[in-house]
Amino acid sequence: MTLTAVFALGQTALKLGLICSLTVLALFLSYSMLNVCDLSTDGCFTLGAAVGAAVAISGHPFLSIFAAMLAGVSSGFITAILQTKLGVDSLLAGIIVNTGLYSINIAVMGGSSLLNMNKTTTVFTMAKDMLSDTPLAAQTEILAAAAAVILVIGFLVFFLKTRLGLAIRATGNNADMVKSSSINPVFTTVAGLCVANAFTGLSGCLLAQSQKSVDINIGQGMVTIALASLLIGGTVMGRGGILKRAVGMVLGSVIFRLVYTIALRFNMPAFMLKLVSSVIVILAISGPYLKKQWPQMKRRLTYKKGGI
Amino acid sequence: MLKLNHISKTFNPGTVNEKTAIQDLSLHLKKGDFATIIGSNGAGKSTLFNAICGDFLTDSGSVILDGADITFVPQHVRAKNIGRLYQDPMRGSAPGMTIEENLALAAGSGGWFSRISKKDKARFREKLALLDIGLEDRMSQPVGLLSGGQRQALTLLMSTMVPPKLLLLDEHTAALDPATAEKVLNLTKRIVEENQLTCLMITHNMQSALELGNRTLMMDSGRIVLDISGSEREGLTVDSLLEKFNAGAGRKLDNDRILLSKKK
Repeated sequence: MTLTAVFALGQTALKLGLICSLTVLALFLSYSMLNVCDLSTDGCFTLGAAVGAAVAISGHPFLSIFAAMLAGVSSGFITAILQTKLGVDSLLAGIIVNTGLYSINIAVMGGSSLLNMNKTTTVFTMAKDMLSDTPLAAQTEILAAAAAVILVIGFLVFFLKTRLGLAIRATGNNADMVKSSSINPVFTTVAGLCVANAFTGLSGCLLAQSQKSVDINIGQGMVTIALASLLIGGTVMGRGGILKRAVGMVLGSVIFRLVYTIALRFNMPAFMLKLVSSVIVILAISGPYLKKQWPQMKRRLTYKKGGI
Repeated sequence: MLKLNHISKTFNPGTVNEKTAIQDLSLHLKKGDFATIIGSNGAGKSTLFNAICGDFLTDSGSVILDGADITFVPQHVRAKNIGRLYQDPMRGSAPGMTIEENLALAAGSGGWFSRISKKDKARFREKLALLDIGLEDRMSQPVGLLSGGQRQALTLLMSTMVPPKLLLLDEHTAALDPATAEKVLNLTKRIVEENQLTCLMITHNMQSALELGNRTLMMDSGRIVLDISGSEREGLTVDSLLEKFNAGAGRKLDNDRILLSKKK
């Protein structure tokens, strides 16, 4: 393998990592901050991709970004209302919305399960045109994705320090406290899930536009991949402020894609991606748990062998 | 300030687990009243607080706070005027957030998108210094690092940051060691006096039930069986209080915790 090939692989991993890190940042808000495991992520990601593609194909590349985010907000709003106002368990609410979105996504794509954007003007082709005469021309997609990531991180760092952001964090951190305080947990959950799913929608929209097509399965397993990235990022960065942790999420996402790309080079078939991500999530969650259990197990073993 | 008119609450009505927690209870607290509440386990003390805070809606009767009927007002709206401390010190603050972030939430000033300003920080520091436990130098540390006593003191500060119309203390020193409990109790006394708060305090310590505040209530089976204040309360000893209770409730008080703590 030549050096250029390695470089190209690294670039693809970086681009995918950056685009998907927006979903990781969405989970950072809903899972790490609000303490809600939002299982509608897969469907919402596809929704963002479908809405973004449909709007871009109709000739509005910029509008497609906002339309995808707005679609994400609506999806998050319904998930939140189900669990706060209608008594649906939060995991179940996500699953139900996810299932419903499958039909909606196909409807958005005009009844087909595939949309092609080969000749469509997207934000990526626009960036390419803009930078075509500069030395950065070859990196436009990465630059565009990085710009989106920086904007989202900037927003998150600001948002989580505002009073609403603090209230959202408190809702996830100590539900008891929030219940007896003047914070309305319904409001904070709705606001948090709306903002988080806006990022998920944006992430889907950008992925679709960068690969110039949407498939109804584009978002499948996204929640596991994003959780894996989130856990990797958390381990890499450790404790710290919001900014440090948010940057960790992006790092986690890029690391995940790099590892995956390397695995592909070792002849791992592409369909193994989802199994790999599942295993990473399992290891990242049960690893620390088993480590904590280990002294107990060790003691039991020595006891059985006749030790003390 | 607080008026409870004939409130009742029955849990699980119509089942074998039916439990009448509050029975036709009426209470009138004047502004600045500091009443202590005693009673055995299951007497309905905490349920009374829950009813005032809006954890559940009462089956009958009305709750009036400072002239406003709050019988059907949602809990988080009531919380703007009611401060509450629980026995569990972990319940009142968010461990993953810093001291100043917790205080900023409690202060609740500014719009949803306002951030903690330098002026806020200076104000928080000043307030924390009054607690006299060194928290003013640890404002950017997560609350999870504090001890139970420190957290309870912080919660007390948080719930009185904006002086509430009513402060409810649910055995807030019971989970602390004696020295810390005394410190938090003194702090409570000072904050209540300084802000002239109207306050209800549940305690299992008969001595502090008589020493603190200006009024003592005794509850049994969801009712207030004894309500003493003024000259009748002065000079009352723990023993005479127990006698009064037995006369009021019509049975012997058989709660170990109360009998033990009267010996103090």
